[in-house]
Amino acid sequence: MQLRGMKKQSNEMKINRFSNTLISYKKNSLFFLMLLPAIIYFVIFHYLPMYGVTIAFKDYYILKGILGSKWVGFKHFEDVFSGLFFWPVFKNTLIISFYKLMLGFFAPIVLAIMLNEVSHNKYKKVVQSITYLPHFMSWVVLSGLLIEILSPSRGPVNILLQGIGLEPIYFIAEKSWFRSILVGSSIWKEAGWSSIIYLAAISGIDPQMYEVAELDGASRMRKIWNITIPSIMPVIIIMFIFATGKIIQDDFEQVYNLLNPAVMEVGDVISTYTYREGLERMNYSYAAAVGLFKNVISFALVMGTNYIARRTSDYALW
Amino acid sequence: MKIKSKQDIFFDCIIYSLLFLCCLITIVPFLQAVTISLSPASEVNKYGLHLIPTSFNLEGYQKVIQHDQIWIAYKNTIIRTVLGTFLAVALTVLAAYPLAKKDLPHRTFWTGFIVFTMYFSGGLIPRYLLVNNLGLLNSMSALVLPSMISAFTLIVTRNFFMTIPESLEESARIDGANDLYILYKIIIPISKPIIATITLWYGVWHWNQWFDCMIYIMDKEKFVLQYVLRQIVLEGQMSDSEMAITDVMVVNTETMKMATLVVATLPIICVYPFLQKYFVKGVMMGSLKG
Repeated sequence: MQLRGMKKQSNEMKINRFSNTLISYKKNSLFFLMLLPAIIYFVIFHYLPMYGVTIAFKDYYILKGILGSKWVGFKHFEDVFSGLFFWPVFKNTLIISFYKLMLGFFAPIVLAIMLNEVSHNKYKKVVQSITYLPHFMSWVVLSGLLIEILSPSRGPVNILLQGIGLEPIYFIAEKSWFRSILVGSSIWKEAGWSSIIYLAAISGIDPQMYEVAELDGASRMRKIWNITIPSIMPVIIIMFIFATGKIIQDDFEQVYNLLNPAVMEVGDVISTYTYREGLERMNYSYAAAVGLFKNVISFALVMGTNYIARRTSDYALW
Repeated sequence: MKIKSKQDIFFDCIIYSLLFLCCLITIVPFLQAVTISLSPASEVNKYGLHLIPTSFNLEGYQKVIQHDQIWIAYKNTIIRTVLGTFLAVALTVLAAYPLAKKDLPHRTFWTGFIVFTMYFSGGLIPRYLLVNNLGLLNSMSALVLPSMISAFTLIVTRNFFMTIPESLEESARIDGANDLYILYKIIIPISKPIIATITLWYGVWHWNQWFDCMIYIMDKEKFVLQYVLRQIVLEGQMSDSEMAITDVMVVNTETMKMATLVVATLPIICVYPFLQKYFVKGVMMGSLKG
């Protein structure tokens, strides 16, 4: 009897809570209506494609649609992992992303620290304006520029090489150079821009710390090493968590615009591979399986590094 | 001013010259592109550096001006940028405001609902099939709708709204104004910096976008500028229509490629001072608050 009474009570509470929610939505209906278009947008264009991922477990047949196509379990994943073509692409992605992470991550930090050491304000501003510039250009424009300056006959790089007595190199079509070009050009595009965050962090450091260090006779290198870097460590850690999530999110626009038949072997990455398999050869289900694999890994990487960061330090995304 | 030690001067010299080198590396490709676009073909094919134009020739630009496809694409890009940016900014502001308010029921849930899309997505193929199923292929809607709101920008805008003191709105509410009116009359006018920022973010994004055009648009008349630029600069193609008109194979010279590149980039360069200012502001606003 008592039990039943408690159950009834808890049911009543549930109903109460539900009606309370309804009331609070009604009271703030205008707020909710303002939000509604955005919710609809995210449902249609972000959550519906997540449902569309199911085609990775189906034999997608255009005429039958996503719902009507037959379930085939992990067949496409088996094809992906047992196929000859996927693993070299996966390896390329990891190698290129690893170097981008290692070098591309530290370049803006170094740049920010150098900029901070400039006491001449105008010089600092000019350097910033110039190094930000490539960030605003599309990879189409930048690839066009890159191919031009790396050209064997007109490019300043090759003219410099010949100037010191070396043979000109056709960089863009050279297997041994292609990955370096990808890594280098992504640093070239974003280093200046990414340094903003670190500059902002540096500007928040208490100047008294530097003054005290000066009284102790610390050199400039010493101050950078013992004050600047430790002070911006929280920002560095948070940015690193972001960056690790990208380790498998290869930069499609960059790679696709620079990729050419001569360097396919070393430059083809997961996203360019997905594009070719899916949209050029129309192996929808197979490509969706590759894409899902990529997204799951990237999601796990962000979650994992965030977890580690939270455990080992006080700084994490959430 | 305190007197610098020898060590300090040495240190300064290294830093200043390293930064100078960074600038040089960044700017040289742009210089080369402009110079080649202005040089006659004979000069371009000569061996040597092409950083400062030695003789002028506007043939490259003449070819660009006569190239119909570029102007059609220019028009499409402008329409796309204006339309896409307007929709994106309107919906972002409209959604960010309630998300910044404690009164919104299930606020944490709705925020998470949006943030989650930053970390997980269906991927390229399901997205393409969706656009196809919605019947958007080969239309301007395919360029504007699928990536209308950026979750990141929405969160940045919300963070900005959160810093506006509550008391500003309360007095208006006492006077009987509703939330939409408050947003329009009070919040938007004092939020001009963030609105300028996100307008530029969305605008630049739309201007530079080409991939969606490549996969969703089949009709030449609807191509956007960056995609046509890609065809000319990276694939070396000329439009079929032009070949049909002149009836000769037009050789795509480097001069013309670089001229196209300059023409497509010019609008960005023109608004660059504003871009830089507001982009930096936006990055600061978005990043330093949780």
